[in-house]
Amino acid sequence: MNGYLIYIVRRLGQFVLVVFIGINLAYVITHATPIDPVEQSISAATSFGNTAPDAIEQMRTSLRELYGLGGSPVEQYLVFWRRILRADFGPSMSAFPTPVSTLIGRALPWTAGLLMISTIITWVLGNLLGGLAGYYQKSRGLKLMGVIAMGLHPIPYYILALLLLIVFGFLWPVLPIAGGSAMNLPQTWTWDFISSVLMHAILPALSLILIGIGSWFLGMRSLVSNVVTEDYVVYAELGGVDRHRILTSYVMRNALVPQVTGLAISLGGIFNGAVITEKVFGYPGIGSLLVDAVYAGDYGLVLGVTTISIVGVSIGVLAIDLLYPLLDPRVKVR
Amino acid sequence: MLRILRDLLRYNPEFRIGIVLVGFVLILSVLASFSPYPPDQVYVVPPDVPPSPTYWFGTTSRGQDVFWQLTFAIRNTLLFGGTVALISRVLALVIGLVSGYKGGWIDRVLMSINDTFIVMPLLPILVLFYFVMRDSMSWLILALIMACLGWAYDARLIRSVAMSLKTREFTQSSVFSGMSTREILVQEHLPYVMPIVFSTTMNNMVWSIGLEVTLSVLGFTDINTPTIGGMIYWANQHTAMVAGIWWWIAFPTAIVVMTFIGLFLLAVSMNEYIDPRSRLSRMGGAS
Repeated sequence: MNGYLIYIVRRLGQFVLVVFIGINLAYVITHATPIDPVEQSISAATSFGNTAPDAIEQMRTSLRELYGLGGSPVEQYLVFWRRILRADFGPSMSAFPTPVSTLIGRALPWTAGLLMISTIITWVLGNLLGGLAGYYQKSRGLKLMGVIAMGLHPIPYYILALLLLIVFGFLWPVLPIAGGSAMNLPQTWTWDFISSVLMHAILPALSLILIGIGSWFLGMRSLVSNVVTEDYVVYAELGGVDRHRILTSYVMRNALVPQVTGLAISLGGIFNGAVITEKVFGYPGIGSLLVDAVYAGDYGLVLGVTTISIVGVSIGVLAIDLLYPLLDPRVKVR
Repeated sequence: MLRILRDLLRYNPEFRIGIVLVGFVLILSVLASFSPYPPDQVYVVPPDVPPSPTYWFGTTSRGQDVFWQLTFAIRNTLLFGGTVALISRVLALVIGLVSGYKGGWIDRVLMSINDTFIVMPLLPILVLFYFVMRDSMSWLILALIMACLGWAYDARLIRSVAMSLKTREFTQSSVFSGMSTREILVQEHLPYVMPIVFSTTMNNMVWSIGLEVTLSVLGFTDINTPTIGGMIYWANQHTAMVAGIWWWIAFPTAIVVMTFIGLFLLAVSMNEYIDPRSRLSRMGGAS
């Protein structure tokens, strides 16, 4: 039990460190660059149409306050942290006067839901098929899947999402290609709304799954094909243990351990992909919010989304890390 | 070196396909030097012409020849990926070798920072960076930032090799013969990790080019320097897909997919070469 405790403390420490370094990065980027962010935001926000001079002046003062540019560098740094800890990023400038935290709170469930479901499907499916491909190396169908996985895996998210959009939007329009649900439905827990949400999630989820599945498939296949040559597997086969049982509880379970660590490591990358996928499919999540905020020159919103994504991804990693000992009992002994 | 290449060509179909794809893309990028049009000028050819013998890949709504524009774009994109890979290789090598060889608290501190960068979602940070820099964001600055963020995974890989090298006898004899730490790392350990460095270079290029395409498509980079993502950005700005000017999006997409698959296959075959077990099974299977 002691080993488990040390493990948890270490993981918590890592979590704190990730959040700390990430937020410091955000601070350095917004404060230490030679460009004055206030003037940049104002020129971006006023580039369309003409704004009254006193409105600009008002904007400038509120922005200076929001960026925390008053006082000494130490004070600025402390103000920055205080804002982040309170999750107070001020009012959004593009959707004035809605607070940034409300906007993020509205978008977060969409992203979290899409990410969680597609990541779980990707991981389970990829590992299952990869494990089978590593065990039954002669199978034609699984070999073909390997080739497909190899071809799909390196394609960037944007390109694949674009291809799906072209196929299902223009060539064979059967699925909704934009939005999170049908516009005319109230957002309540009715069957119509839920089914609409699911229909709208198919394409974004599909693009995430198609890109992600390749690396799990290839990784698991090579892991399993290494485990299969181990002495204990050969012994089990000679001893007449059921092949199905060898595959599931002797081979797959051992090979899964590094794949769980891999999931924790790749969570940040998966999140990057979700940002772009959401933008392509107009999904009302964090990613769309971030991109639109940049276009609108909304500093509070950009900083808020960046911070929330760093914290959110770190929580995801921590959750996987804490589940890890269930799969790998060696952690408890150490 | 040549023998390795010959063996790879003979026994490794992935390497063959990868070389062909990457070779094709490289030739295309070299052609940029022979372009009859400068890359940054618009309306030099009639706009919206479909692919024809005069304009191989058609022309854009901005009056640019897609083929020649593409040569510039792929050259800049490859240059970008190469720069990021080069700088981040240096970082990964230094941190990985030092961390693996030194061990102790240096190792622990470096690896904590390392793990932080592995799990951090980089896209929002890069977007924040663009948000602050705006027009002062050049591709070189972007390359520098991405190199500073993209070394972590490979540093861990190099560290694990360095740790096993440390326990080997030749390291002990180097220490006893009075070599300094720097000399041991550069002269003794570096040659052993070079194959990994090569294969991770490809993967790192795939990663950085992918992020660059993503950022440019959104317009979050210097959009006046032609890159693959920048071309798709301009095509989107002119709603090329709706207007039926498919060649403006299709050709850049095809080329970038070729680049990715080519680089990835090279990395995979390189990895297989490094791992002698899979190499043996393949050669055994071939004979």
